[in-house]
Amino acid sequence: MYAQQVDTGAKRLKSLEEMSPEERHFQEKVDAEVRIEPKNWMPEGYRKTLIRQISQHAHSEIVGMLPEGNWLTRAPTLKRKLQLMAKIQDEAGHGLYLYSAMETLGADRDEEIEKLHRGEVKFSSIFTYPTLTWADMGAIGWLVDGAAIVNQVPLQRCSYGPYARAMIRVCKEESFHQRQGYEILLTMMREGTDEQKAMVQDAINRFWWPSLMMFGPSDANSPNSAQSMAWKIKRHGNDELRQRFLDQTVPQLEFLGCTAPDPDLKWNEETGHYDFGEINWQEFFDVLKGHSPCGVERIQQRKSAIDEGQWVRDAAVAYARNQERKAKSAA
Amino acid sequence: MADWTLYEVFVRSKHGLNHKHVGSVHAADAQMALENARELYTRRSEGVSLWVVPAGQITASAGDEKEPFFDPADDKVYRHASFYKLPPEVDQM
Repeated sequence: MYAQQVDTGAKRLKSLEEMSPEERHFQEKVDAEVRIEPKNWMPEGYRKTLIRQISQHAHSEIVGMLPEGNWLTRAPTLKRKLQLMAKIQDEAGHGLYLYSAMETLGADRDEEIEKLHRGEVKFSSIFTYPTLTWADMGAIGWLVDGAAIVNQVPLQRCSYGPYARAMIRVCKEESFHQRQGYEILLTMMREGTDEQKAMVQDAINRFWWPSLMMFGPSDANSPNSAQSMAWKIKRHGNDELRQRFLDQTVPQLEFLGCTAPDPDLKWNEETGHYDFGEINWQEFFDVLKGHSPCGVERIQQRKSAIDEGQWVRDAAVAYARNQERKAKSAA
Repeated sequence: MADWTLYEVFVRSKHGLNHKHVGSVHAADAQMALENARELYTRRSEGVSLWVVPAGQITASAGDEKEPFFDPADDKVYRHASFYKLPPEVDQM
């Protein structure tokens, strides 16, 4: 999940009887699957939760460009380079759709970006891992974008209209990302040297568990999750989405001719799902706390991108003013 | 970026269809808004025409005014074709 551990401020769910008339009217609309739009009344908690979630989601898209940008200049062919550039541009686009959706809630984009830089808002744990080889571009497209799709498909039905509509656009584009990633790996497995095949397995070994962690720890007993579900921001529990991702991914893994770094992974005839081993949640919490291979570096890169791009934004404003002046004097 | 204008973006997806709202972009001027909108909303040939409108120039009805504001339309059922009952012989009209 691109937004992990979103705080709703809720300790427990309110019943309809406990709600103010406005809250009850709002909840009844949500229950009836009527989308909430920017100018509609909404509880402050709903607004804040959405801002937190969309902001984290947007930052993840933007920071997510960095691990892939690392391989742009070293893509093996011009075709792969163009494809990777198109994917990275999509990620920028996804970030922008999301920032726009967030702004409809009254949040300020610059301020949210400042919060990211100060470490007050997180981005997804998955983007704190380094991209060591070209095979990582394949593994990220296939596993990371694959996990993102599983998370984002239900968000297309999120109760908040602008977020749901942004997700519809995002989901249309993600499918290209996942397929291009898988195709990178498949090409290496079919046409590569032994060394290149080993590279694919190594990339899978490193990204397998972090991809499963993207969905976050079990939220079966979490009041935040129960509140998000009641507001229909969230539609499924973390464990359910993780299982869905795993069930669709394992056959693709086998088709590649690779293995997962999980000795407990096996098909369970009874449940009709794959069983899998224990996830190292300590690693996940460490990453969220900032103890990660590239977490600090990613934020540093974001900050310098903004600082070093200041002259471009200044030039754009100066140019716009000049054009305006010219148009006036010509009139 | 704080002093850039927020533009709402409308795309005509193909000839013969209306422009439809798709989202927004920030830009220093209208020309830049058009270029940003092209990069953001029509990367896969989603449009044949783009409009950008400064968000501040849009006057909108209030979000929760649905009932009172649109009331006048509620009690005029005779504006709908289905209000007029005709004999079966001429009912395809």
